[in-house]
Amino acid sequence: MNPKPKSWLKQQCYRFASVIFFICFIVIWELICRLAEVPNYILPSPSSIVSAFFSVEFSRWMTHLGATLRVALIGFALSILIAIPLAICMVRSELLSRTLYPVLVVIQSTPVVAVAPLIIVILGTDDPSRILITCLITFFPIVVSATTGMLETPEEMIELSKSLRAPQYRETWQIRIPYAIPHIFTGLRVSITLAIIGAVVAEFVAAEEGLGYFIQFSTSYFKIPQAFAGLFFLAGISLLLFKSIHWIQAWLFPWSLPKKSKY
Amino acid sequence: MSSNNSKAYVSMKSVGHRYDPLPDAPMAVQNIDLDIHRHEFVAVVGPSGCGKSTLLRMVSGLLIPSHGEVSVFNLPVTEPRDDVGIVFQKANLLPWLTVQQNILFPLKHKYGNYSKKDEQRADELLKMVGLEQFSNKMPDQLSGGMQQRLGIARALLLNPDILLMDEPFSALDALTREQMGFELLKIWEAAPKTVLFITHSISEAVLLSDRILVMSERPGTVLDLIEVDIPRPRTSDTINEARFTQLTNLIRGHIYEPQA
Ligand SMILES: Nc1ncnc2c1ncn2[C@@H]1O[C@H](COP(=O)(O)OP(=O)(O)OP(=O)(O)O)[C@@H](O)[C@H]1O
Ligand SMILES: [Mg+2]
Repeated sequence: MNPKPKSWLKQQCYRFASVIFFICFIVIWELICRLAEVPNYILPSPSSIVSAFFSVEFSRWMTHLGATLRVALIGFALSILIAIPLAICMVRSELLSRTLYPVLVVIQSTPVVAVAPLIIVILGTDDPSRILITCLITFFPIVVSATTGMLETPEEMIELSKSLRAPQYRETWQIRIPYAIPHIFTGLRVSITLAIIGAVVAEFVAAEEGLGYFIQFSTSYFKIPQAFAGLFFLAGISLLLFKSIHWIQAWLFPWSLPKKSKY
Repeated sequence: MSSNNSKAYVSMKSVGHRYDPLPDAPMAVQNIDLDIHRHEFVAVVGPSGCGKSTLLRMVSGLLIPSHGEVSVFNLPVTEPRDDVGIVFQKANLLPWLTVQQNILFPLKHKYGNYSKKDEQRADELLKMVGLEQFSNKMPDQLSGGMQQRLGIARALLLNPDILLMDEPFSALDALTREQMGFELLKIWEAAPKTVLFITHSISEAVLLSDRILVMSERPGTVLDLIEVDIPRPRTSDTINEARFTQLTNLIRGHIYEPQA
């Protein structure tokens, strides 16, 4: 219901706003590097980053990407599997939520970077410890969003259930959980980006492969353009994962999206 | 049938409720005495906050009164009953279910599933409220009036003897509201039920009901119980009748000058 339809040019500007911004950013960056002759080991130019990207074999990229994704996605999935049932239990039992909420807040406010080395010492340098680190960082947003959503279920919907004298598990399953879906997906979007951060932090502490590991060793060998290439690759993957959460929501729960989806 | 007519279906004996458990806290409603007969249409009007919803929730069994006793069919109400249907103020549909799933929700929620026969019944109800082409749409694709009709159809699914309606049309515009009133009358005349109908609109109450319970400001009590002796069927012409104006003025007088 726009009073004036936007012109074609304006429409395209809105549509590709982020792409246009990104291109401008790269061009200005390139210009600064060339005109000021910034050395590569301080700030590599976009063009040198691109060539560094292609100088690394594709299969090597895939190995590192695979390692990071494996940890991030397993950790993320595990987080969902634990967080949602836990949220359900916390909504159904006030005692449990009173007991656990402070514990969760403590876990959340402890910097994962500080705990990661300890976890590696205790659990070893393999995947399980990296997955645990990822879990620790992705867990909280999911629990909070799921409990918030379930607790915010309108009183009238709950009364509908009560008036039917339905069993409690159906109130949870057929009313509270569906009502919480949009909230849960907001939590998942936050969480999936944290999952990548968790995996990378874990790789910084102990790993033989993965994009985080790749960035770290490139930096330590002063292959700065290569480190930047890894960084951008990682950012691209994060963005893609973030978007896919949205796609999954649109695919499985189209009703849960706001009428006018902004991104 | 006619012998049943005298039998009170819903009966309230000096019913009162206070939400706050403290003994000197104010009562939300007090001293309500009301007998509703079989297939009677009783409307409740009163100023905002006088306890109309509280009254309805006590009849539905969602709220147990702190004073007095509500009984339905001579049994004290201790929990929600199967033969009572509730229509909520804001349709209260579930946005993740289609129109058909919404109307079948009471069965799905109560028993876990439903049969082909239930689906047929749902389709009949949808037809009755004029939504048969919309059965696969989502609720947010319906207009406010259509949503409210769906809410009514859903309350009728379990074929209740008693229908409780808490300001079912208050979210609608004046025109749709009037139409919905007549549609409700049609539904009620086709399949008579005992109805407790809460409304803010005095004319709606007079137009639809057999008797009107007028409540006072908080703490809500009975100001008057008015017999609406306008013959049925009532139509849009009813509004022009002298008796209609008389009754609405009478109620208006009660609400604005409770002492007089
Ligand atoms: N859950 C509750 N806890 C405490 N007090 C309540 C609760 N629900 C209602 N009340 C109080 O009881 C009184 C009656 O409320 P009720 O909702 O029954 O009024 P109402 O007549 O339905 O009003 P309206 O016409 O605005 O819907 C109000 O003063 C309100 O503050
Ligand atoms: Mg009310």
